[in-house]
Amino acid sequence: MKPLYAFVVAAASFACCVANAASYVDLPGGAFESVLPQGPTPTVSSAVQIKPFALRSAPVTVAEFAAFVRAHPEWQRGIAPAVLADARYLVQWSTPLDPGTAMRADVPVTDVSWFAARAFCEEEGARLPTWLEWEYAASADATRKDARSDAAWRQQILAWYAKPGSDPLQSVGGVANVYGVSDLHGAVWEWVDDYNALFIAGDSRTQGDPDILKFCGAGAINVIDRDSYAVLMRIALLSSLNAADTTSTLGFRCARPLEGQP
Amino acid sequence: MTHSIELRRRELMLSLAALAIVPGLARAAVTALPGESIYRLDAKLQDQDGRSLALSSMQGTPVLASMFYSSCQMVCPMIFETIHMTLRALPPAQRSAVRVLMVSFDPVRDTVAVLKQTAQSRNCDSQWVLARADEGTTRKIAAVLGIQYRRLSDGEYNHSAVINVLDPTGRIVAKTGKLGSTDHVVSAAIAKMSRS
Repeated sequence: MKPLYAFVVAAASFACCVANAASYVDLPGGAFESVLPQGPTPTVSSAVQIKPFALRSAPVTVAEFAAFVRAHPEWQRGIAPAVLADARYLVQWSTPLDPGTAMRADVPVTDVSWFAARAFCEEEGARLPTWLEWEYAASADATRKDARSDAAWRQQILAWYAKPGSDPLQSVGGVANVYGVSDLHGAVWEWVDDYNALFIAGDSRTQGDPDILKFCGAGAINVIDRDSYAVLMRIALLSSLNAADTTSTLGFRCARPLEGQP
Repeated sequence: MTHSIELRRRELMLSLAALAIVPGLARAAVTALPGESIYRLDAKLQDQDGRSLALSSMQGTPVLASMFYSSCQMVCPMIFETIHMTLRALPPAQRSAVRVLMVSFDPVRDTVAVLKQTAQSRNCDSQWVLARADEGTTRKIAAVLGIQYRRLSDGEYNHSAVINVLDPTGRIVAKTGKLGSTDHVVSAAIAKMSRS
């Protein structure tokens, strides 16, 4: 009796995961030095401790997001309120429920707001990664956990940013990094949970602002490693966004704590 | 289409209520709100008296909405003071119609007791709601209010100081980052609402 029951459960959970095709990989975490200073002194870098977490190995695809929208009509284009998703939310889809044939099913979904991305992740028991988690995962290449000091690797990433945004999106599942995570660079921009926590000194919104009190405490922060152009472009983009904004090159992936972690 | 969605929402709310996740909050007015209303965000808060409230329960009057944390020494006291100054400068009829919503960045340290203490020390009467929410909800509220914040490793918060003016349906009709004096943009927005 008991073994049979166990078999049924195993089969059911297998079926669930194949259908969702959401594959997460574990990242060990550890001490990590961000390009954004994390301590109270904005000019001094201090390593932070990244807790172990799991990250989707690839960005959420058009097909996956379409399944989510079908199950959650409140996230359909035209029904999601403007405060949660702007007017161009999923604008390229043929209908509110169907991406249509012009849109490949296995490319990253874009034109999604932070709220919509967050709702998708919550639905699969996950959340958006924090900026630090994303930056930590994206510091690795295929063989090294931290490839950031390698000029050739940086150049390779920058080459992607130099490509016109009008190029069609690639299918997910590019070359994986050492953790088994792919498409962190070279695919799309990605939402992070704390997108609205990334201030930069000299940000356009504060430039020429005589009111230095606009930012509390340590004030606007500096960037430690000014050679990390690719990462800085991410921060610049993310910090310019509002949570309802969508763009044709902005997608997301989800993260979740490891078993036994809070 | 709309009917079936409404039905689904109702079913969802009922099943959640059955699970006692949502303690019997009436959400009937939600669909009547405009798409730009921040009250379209489903967010549960707890006020300085320990009462649970939905963000959308603030609808019906003009609201000044901002965020703070109690242990903040510099800018947050100025946000409170600026709102007090703004309220004092309004004609009595307009002043009494306005409510203030202050949501904490720091739900861990800003317990109900701390919120209560802050309300008392900052002279906040029943016109003010000082509130806390879980961390995810706090970030969503900051997102709809256009407020940036980050927790520093020493437990302090970096945050932008913005005071939003919400109309009775929850649309942001004005905002200011000006502290230490009343911003005419805010008083004009409140005056305009009282005329309409």
